[in-house]
Parts: sequence; structure tokens; C-alpha cells
Amino acid sequence: MRDTDTKDLELTRTLAAPGEPFVWLTAMGLALGLIMVVGLLGVIVANGLPVFWPSKIVEVHLKPGVKNPLPNSGGTLTGEIVQTREKRIPVLSATGDKIEDQTEVQIFVGNKDVNGSGFVFLNNSDIASISEPRGIYRLERMEYGIAFAYPKSLQLADGTSLPADSPAFTQTLTRLDAESAARRREIEKIEKHDIGAINSRITQLRAKGKGSPESLKEIAALDADYQLLAAKARELRAIQSAAALIYTTPNGIERRLPVGELVAFTLPNTLVFNQKLGLFFHNIWNFLTLDPREANTEGGIFPAIFGTFVMTLLMSLAVVPFGVVAAIYLREYAKQGLAVRAVRIAVNNLAGVPSIVFGVFGLGFFVYFVGASIDSTFFGEYLPTPTFGTGGILWAAATLALMTVPVVIVATEEALAAVPRGMREGSLSCGASKWQTIQRIILPASLPGILTGLILAMARGAGEVAPLMLVGVVKLAPSLPIDGAFPFVHLERKFMHLGFHIYDLGFQSPDSEAAKPMVFATTLLLILLVVVLNLAAILIREKLRKRYATGAF
Amino acid sequence: MPPVLSKPTEQPMETTVNTTAEGRPDFISIRDFSFFYGKKQALFDISLDIPERQVTAFIGPSGCGKSTLLRNLNRMNDLIDGIRHSGDIVVNGRSIYDPHIEVISLRKRVGMVFQKSNPFPKSIYENVVYPLRVSGQNKKSVLDETVERSLQGAALWDEVKDRLHESGLSLSGGQMQRLCIARAIANRPEILLMDEPCSALDPIATVKVEELIRELKQEFTIVIVTHNMQQATRCSDRTAFFYLGKLVEFDETPKIFSNPAQKQTEDYITGRFG
Ligand SMILES: Nc1ncnc2c1ncn2[C@@H]1O[C@H](COP(=O)(O)OP(=O)(O)O)[C@@H](O)[C@H]1O
Ligand SMILES: [Mg+2]
Repeated sequence: MRDTDTKDLELTRTLAAPGEPFVWLTAMGLALGLIMVVGLLGVIVANGLPVFWPSKIVEVHLKPGVKNPLPNSGGTLTGEIVQTREKRIPVLSATGDKIEDQTEVQIFVGNKDVNGSGFVFLNNSDIASISEPRGIYRLERMEYGIAFAYPKSLQLADGTSLPADSPAFTQTLTRLDAESAARRREIEKIEKHDIGAINSRITQLRAKGKGSPESLKEIAALDADYQLLAAKARELRAIQSAAALIYTTPNGIERRLPVGELVAFTLPNTLVFNQKLGLFFHNIWNFLTLDPREANTEGGIFPAIFGTFVMTLLMSLAVVPFGVVAAIYLREYAKQGLAVRAVRIAVNNLAGVPSIVFGVFGLGFFVYFVGASIDSTFFGEYLPTPTFGTGGILWAAATLALMTVPVVIVATEEALAAVPRGMREGSLSCGASKWQTIQRIILPASLPGILTGLILAMARGAGEVAPLMLVGVVKLAPSLPIDGAFPFVHLERKFMHLGFHIYDLGFQSPDSEAAKPMVFATTLLLILLVVVLNLAAILIREKLRKRYATGAF
Repeated sequence: MPPVLSKPTEQPMETTVNTTAEGRPDFISIRDFSFFYGKKQALFDISLDIPERQVTAFIGPSGCGKSTLLRNLNRMNDLIDGIRHSGDIVVNGRSIYDPHIEVISLRKRVGMVFQKSNPFPKSIYENVVYPLRVSGQNKKSVLDETVERSLQGAALWDEVKDRLHESGLSLSGGQMQRLCIARAIANRPEILLMDEPCSALDPIATVKVEELIRELKQEFTIVIVTHNMQQATRCSDRTAFFYLGKLVEFDETPKIFSNPAQKQTEDYITGRFG
């Protein structure tokens, strides 16, 4: 009897008492989560980064009898191999239908102006051989994207011509490219900044001056300035197209490319590893700092990065005071009872409302009600053109702040509750009022917890797209929300956002195949931006934690 | 500010250092005081006069209401929901429940040291001047003078004078408790309440705090709750013994410990229960 008892006891101890199976279960849950996160990041990185790595240009020779998807190209295709993938196709035959695996090659052939589309697909079995042509250039153009080209000559501004095989050719092209880039910047400055300033001043005078003689005089003066600047811009544009590169496409068509249209050129097949690496980082830099071109599929995404950043900061500025004040009232002042419990439940449920509903609310309340009221009170002279009565970065930030405020309230309430009772009593016993105690002791001690709330709010807010589409995000914003024009911060402006950019590239762009790598690169960037913002908040929190650590001895 | 009670900062040092003269014997007068936490009655008809500038010890087994009574002297219990009291507590001739007295001004005149030391997560300096800052005193000369006087008063000055701007949480347990004492006396209160100030301290730190208590009674009226009989005999002038929310006996400390009038007191101090 005794013996069996102890045996039973031992058996339960070895199995259930240490809880081994449950430990394994929890570990498995964690591992599963990690695998999913790492896998997702891996997919994004693997698809996003190669966009920037310069790839070789190849010449694909097709087997005789295979139809070339490109017109007038004979049996060859020139371009970059994007990917090879397996394809299953049903094959009909006398012995019965079956499924066959085929390898398909996707080739980026560029020269959209000649070829119509930038990509072609070939069956691997149709390819006879692949070679690497020498002397082929990869031209990045302002329009029509990439061209693969064999340069023929340079037409210089003075009418002379420099053949491609002359020793000074590359050097001259480099120089012309740099000069045209400088002119392009100058034109942009004149047209966007200087003329933009004149235009906004004229609009202002027209609206406020109400046709008074002084305002008309100033308008006339501004108009003269405008004519001057416009003439200068025209002149620069003329120079931009004075010199040109003459090249032939791989299928033998001769084209003329004004240097003003040339963004950059490389000889991918002659690059060594170090040059490729340099180009890789150069491409990343351009991606981060340039404006988008060609319906956002080319160029950089700087305005979207900037817009996301500014919007998230504005949202944080709005959500923290609002959430903290609400939490202080709920936790410290409101009489804890049924009403407060109900409010708390309502707040928590607010976090579960679909974000698009917040977008609709933001549109109805902030844009149409608050914005329109601001317009009719302060900007009446510009009406019917709305100033704040239309979507803008301020309303987007306010909408997201509203959406994320429950997170901040809950985190703050918890942080307030976690401040040791002794600390409150210590402060009160020193003759501090309740408000002084909150302000000087409790709030500083709960700052780390409040920041945790902010981090969660930022992570949610920065990645949100749906509500933004209703309250101010656009595909292409003409100007940034913060710039050099008075009053520097333009909260009423529409803005670009990485999340929306991803949606736009992936689903709204005319050439979604061309945009796919950009989608991944942009996604990677959005994740990085959220991580950077969060890291900043975490660093601040750690600093505060050290300072306000409530030590026990 | 209530007119009856002088502002602590206006009170000149000399008058309080001179202690040979007896203070008011009923400086704090507790009259028929009962106290309820919701439905639960914690104190039953307590009447007790605490003399000025002496140390009065509250002893008794756990849960007998010592802390409750102590925390009523600066109305710290006001924080708790559902409390109720009857009877009165009169400090220096004026009821602390007088609706014309703000609880904040009462607490400015009554310093408190807690069982678990509770320095703020601020520098040593800021911890000590906190009571002045919340009273709107921000003059550097006054604050500096207060820090030195209070830390000296709490026998901590020599140990921390070179690191006043380090965190108060960087101190040892005993030092933290003395920091809390320095904070409690910074605004020169008239009364100092101590709720088992040594229960979390090691013996050496305890000795220091006890010495301090004997020093401080020159200047303050001290009420101390203790679990430690020796401590009560060593530092108090008068001792009150509580049992189940009732005051059993209140007398000169030597009398209580050598010749208690009540059987319950004798049982407790000889360790037969508690
Ligand atoms: N906040 C409170 N709410 C309800 N009851 C309390 C509270 N604080 C103390 N009590 C009760 O009041 C009685 C006296 O407590 P206390 O004054 O802390 O005793 P002591 O300090 O003598 O150990 C105890 O029975 C305790 O359970
Ligand atoms: Mg107690």
C-alpha cells in the first residue's frame, strides 16, 4: 500500500509537477511567432534589397522558330534577368493530358518607348544561349524609365558631334550629365520655390487686397518678377535639350536623348565588385532622398518618408497630452465606480473599432466640421478654395491620434497605478496638494509607462493606411508639410505616406510588375522607420527608467 | 493659513532649542476618538493627551490600531474611501477637523516618517527641499540652508554632503530612512510622526535613528509607533499601550515598563502575547 502510494507520487512529479509539457508548449508558441516574424522580414529584405544591386545586362538568344515577344528583334532579346520561376502547365497529348513543370524566365527589357512594355516572360526551354554583350549602357531617363543602349555619338551644343569610340566620350558624357543635373535642380528651384512663392503671394493679394490700387501695383510687380523667372527657366530648359546622346537600341532603332532627360548612366557589364557595391549604396541613397518620378515607379520616395515621419510625430504630440490627461482624471480624480468602469470599457473597445471608421469620422468631424469652421472664420477670403476644410496632415494626425488614444490611456492608467502608495503618502505628508503630488512625483515616475503606451500607439499609427486615404494622404504631394516657405510648417497641406505609397505602387500603378520590387523596398523602409521611431522612444524610456527607478533595498 | 498656528518658517530656532522649560502637556489632545474603516471599527473612544516636545510611544500587538491613530494625526487616512470618525483631535488648541483648516496646512505642520522608507526618485537635495518647494519656496539660499540643517538634524549630513545631487535611491536602507526624516523635518513642523521607523533597518542603523529621536525631541513633539519594547524604553518619555483598538494604559514610560497598572499591559510587555 505504502509502496504504490509513493510510486504514484513520483510518477505525477516527473510528469505534471515540473510542468514540462506546458513549458514546451509556451516555447513552441514563441518559436512559431518568431518564425513568422523572421520569415516575413526575410521575404521583405530578400525582395527589397536586390532592387538596388546593379545586375548584368544579358543577351538572350532564342532557339530557331521561337516567336520573339519583342518586335523587330530577330532571335535575340537584351535585358536584365529578374527571376526564374517554376510554372505548371497542362499539356495535351495522345497518351493523355498531364501537368508539366516548366521554368519561366522574367526579363526586364526596358526601352519602354520602343518595346511598349518593360518585361517579357520566356520559357527556359526556348532559350538557346545567353551571352553578355560588351559596351552596352544602362541609361536612367526622366521619362520611359530605363533604356539599354549602344551609344553612337554625342551631339554637342555647338553643333559638333563626338563619336562613341573617341577616348573623350565617357568623360564628356559624365560632365554633361553632371551639368544637366545641376540645371535640373536650378529649374526646380525656380519653378517650385521662387515661382511658387510669387504665386501664393499673388493669390493672397487677390483675396485680401480686394482690388485696391496698392495690391494691384504689387501684383503687377510680382507679375514682372514672374515673367523674369519664367524666362530664365525656359532658357535653362532650352540648354537642357541642346546637347543630346544618340544611341541605338538593341534591336537597332536609333534614338536621340537630350542630356536634360538623362538622369544617370552605367556600364553594368564592366563593373567590378567594389563599383557595384558603391552603386548599390548610391542607389539606396537616391531612393531615400529623391522625389518620385513616373507615377512613383521610379526615383526616390523621400516625400513619403518625410510625410510619414512628420505625421507620426504630430500624432504623438496630439495623443500623449490627450491620453495622459484623460488617464489622470480616470485614475486619480474620478470617483471609482460604475460610471468610471463603463468609461474604461468604452475606451478599451474604441481600440477595436476598424480604422476606416475613424477615417470616416475624421473626414466628417475634423475636415468638414472643424476645418470648414476654421476656413470660414480665418480664411474666408480664399473660399471657395478650402484651406483647412480639406484633408491635410493635421487632420490625418488628429484622426490617428483619436484612433490610438485608448492605447495611451490604458498604458498611462497602469503606470499611474503602479506608482508605490508610499510615494504618494510621502508627498502628501510633506504638505503637497494632490495636484502637486501628481505633477511632481507620480507623473515623472510613470513616464516610462506612458512612453510604452506611446511606442505602441506609434507602431499602430505609422502603419495605418485606410483612414489616411480619407483625410489627407495623396499619391503625389506637390510640396512637403515642412519647408522653407513662411510659416515653414504647413499643417493644412496634403502629404505622402509610405503605407499609402505601398498600396499605390502595388495596386494602382500602370506597370505593377515594374513596381513590385519598389513595393518591397518601401515596405522595408516603413518597417525601418517604425523601428527607428520606436527605438528612439525606447532609449528615452530607458534613460527615464534609470532616473526614476523606484528602488527597493 | 489658520491664524492660531504660526507658520513654521517664522518660528525662530532659539525658542525650540530651549527645552528645559516644560511644553504644553496637552499639545495634542485626542478626545473620545473612534474611527471606522467602512463598517469595521478600528479605534474605540480613545482619549489621550500628548505633551509638547516629548517622545510618546504607541505600543501594542499588530492590528490594534496604532498606525490608524497615528495616521489620523495628520489626516493621512483621508485618502481611504469610506472612512468615518467620531470624537475630536485637537492640536495646540485647535481641532484638526475644523473646516477652516486646510488639510494641506495641517500636514505642513506635522511631519511623517513611514515604516517603509519612501524617498522620491529625485536627488538627495531635492528630496529634502521637497516640502519647501511645494510651499512655493524656491530661493536658493533658503533651500541650501534647509538642506544642511535638516540633513544635520537627521545625522546624515556628513555622509552625503559631497553627493547631494545623486539620486536619493542610491543610499543604503538606513540612510534612506534618515533622508526621509530629514525631509520630514525640513519645513520645521511642530510634530513628527513616526510609524515603526526602524522596522526595516539593521541594528546599527536602528541605533542611529534612536539617537536621532532623542535629539529631535528638543525641537519637535514626537509620536512613534514601535513594535520593539527596548526601543520604547530607550527613546520615549511616555508610552501608550493599545489592544484591539482600545487604549489600555497611558503613562510615563518607566512606570509602564516597571509597574504597569493593567494586567494586559504586563502580559504584553513580558511577551506573553503579541
Ligand atoms: N485601509 C484599511 N482599510 C480597512 N481596514 C484597515 C485599513 N488599514 C487598517 N485596517 C484595519 O484596522 C485595524 C488597525 O490597523 P493598524 O492601525 O494598521 O494596526 P497596527 O498599526 O497597530 O498594526 C486592523 O484590523 C486593520 O485590519
Ligand atoms: Mg502599523
